[in-house]
Amino acid sequence: MTTAPSFATVSQLAPGEPQLVVEKITLSFGGVTALAGVSLDVRQGEIRAVIGPNGAGKTSLLNSISGLYRPQQGRILFHNDQEYNLLERRPDQIARLGVARSFQNIELFRHMTVLDNLMLGRHIHMKSNVLDCGLYWGRAQKEEVRHRQVVEEIIDFLEIEAIRKKPVGTLSYGLQKRVELGRALALEPAILLLDEPMAGMNVEEKEDMARFILDINEERGVTIVLIEHDMGVVMDISDRIAVLDFGRKIGDGTPDEVRANPEVIKAYLGEDHG
Amino acid sequence: MESGIYHTTYEADMALRRTPIQKVRLAAVIAFLLIFPFFANSYYLTLANQIGIAVVGALGLNILVGYTGQISLGQGGFLAVGAYTAGLLATRLGVPFWLTIPIACVVTAAVGGVFGVPSLRLKGLYLAIATLAAQEIIQWLIVHWDAVTGGVEALVVPHATLFGFNLNAGNSDFHWYWIILAAAAFTTIFTVNLFRSRVGRAFVAIRDQDIAAEVMGVNLFTYKVLAFAVSSFFVGLAGALTAHYRLIVTWERFTIETSITYLAMIIIGGLGSVSGSIYGAIFITLLPALLNSLGRSLSGVVPGIAGLIPMIQQGVFGLVIILFLVLEPEGLAKLWRDVKDYFRLWPFSY
Repeated sequence: MTTAPSFATVSQLAPGEPQLVVEKITLSFGGVTALAGVSLDVRQGEIRAVIGPNGAGKTSLLNSISGLYRPQQGRILFHNDQEYNLLERRPDQIARLGVARSFQNIELFRHMTVLDNLMLGRHIHMKSNVLDCGLYWGRAQKEEVRHRQVVEEIIDFLEIEAIRKKPVGTLSYGLQKRVELGRALALEPAILLLDEPMAGMNVEEKEDMARFILDINEERGVTIVLIEHDMGVVMDISDRIAVLDFGRKIGDGTPDEVRANPEVIKAYLGEDHG
Repeated sequence: MESGIYHTTYEADMALRRTPIQKVRLAAVIAFLLIFPFFANSYYLTLANQIGIAVVGALGLNILVGYTGQISLGQGGFLAVGAYTAGLLATRLGVPFWLTIPIACVVTAAVGGVFGVPSLRLKGLYLAIATLAAQEIIQWLIVHWDAVTGGVEALVVPHATLFGFNLNAGNSDFHWYWIILAAAAFTTIFTVNLFRSRVGRAFVAIRDQDIAAEVMGVNLFTYKVLAFAVSSFFVGLAGALTAHYRLIVTWERFTIETSITYLAMIIIGGLGSVSGSIYGAIFITLLPALLNSLGRSLSGVVPGIAGLIPMIQQGVFGLVIILFLVLEPEGLAKLWRDVKDYFRLWPFSY
């Protein structure tokens, strides 16, 4: 019964074409080098995992892509209808290009309802200006209703109907993570950056989240960049995995290749299975 | 939520008044506001007009402080910009009153927008200090730019006429009641609508989590400056109304004390709440009047209390703010919500 809903993304690229290319970015804060010449490519339609020990630079990488950090060297190119250099753009402009994300520590709008959080995700697709909004009747109302319909589809998809009018601050951790995914989906992104979407969840919640991620990827063709510490999940659902350690990339490839990479085992998996 | 009420369209679900009892309550309030001036004497009409102007100003401030989370101590300065713009246009250039008010709103919005620019870099207390600078700069300009503002001397504004009808002649409080009511109603409706649609939602998102808002595609600079401008627009409206209603504009009316009084209104009423702004404006405007009449009626019992009234007033004022911050940080709006919640299931509330 899964028909592609209207919040599906229309990417201009064919599956497998390079969509996001990170070229030798170096990011340092004072004397600390968070990323040292990291390169990474993400292809249209894949699930690309980024793993690494704590402090490896995974979140710094995502923050650089979404424009919150500004690397001193390198380029980040995003391909859609044309090539865009993300380093020249502000976070809100990057969002408009079709790059959405979630955060490691949930960054929802705590006092707003689930509905309003998702509606904020529609911000870039709406046009009402301050006058339309203040007068409401007519243009603004029509637009609100139209986008409410899109948001309701996301609510159905994520199975959060019962909490749609609850302020998100009152929700459990697992539900907040799900709402945050929904808010990112509301942007109709071409690429979705997920920073530890399953951290702190129990097995059942992780299974739900993995299913949502797979559905978003397979049914809607949204490219996924995933940071996650749960190796089981990462190995199961990713197409390719990049491994960071101390701001450098030490491994890259399919789950099997990464699992067999001695440097990765030494730096990361080795500690677990030592 | 009341049971037995089902909405089958998103329009109905997104309506402001979703249940019959809410509609009845609103109708009762409107009816009261329309009947009230015909029975009230001029003392009560004056109070009502002061409340109406305070409602406009408090809503304006709440848009900025309560909803967008940008603390402002510049309220008095922005009120002054509105009052002086309207007053000077009417006095010096003879612009008719109905035209000075929108011009004053737009000018104040522009000034507010300019003083909102630092908000991109400054947050919280630092922004408060920057807006305090706005307050002081505006006040200094008014006092020292004699050639235009008249300096420390009061600016006497000519009577306002609308379609040849002198609003300030005869029963002027009665005439102004309708103008001020219309302004307050417009501001209320505008604010309510703003915060149930796109732009207001972006304001609240900036307050709750500005970085996430930016990553979701909200241009922080544009929207912060816009919040200052929209807020100042209504503060300017309150200032312009004061000028034409009082017929006298002096800088003493727009000091930092005014800024604090307005902040007290929205804190006591409820930050980020339209009804809270209204309750706060009523409360803070009526408090001195109530204390005054209380003092007068007690003066027979406690001799000399009338002289102490101003001091008691200051004390009670401070006490009330502290009590609200400690006991009910969400203000009068929350108290009223609690009352409604209690009676929703009354008397079977178990």
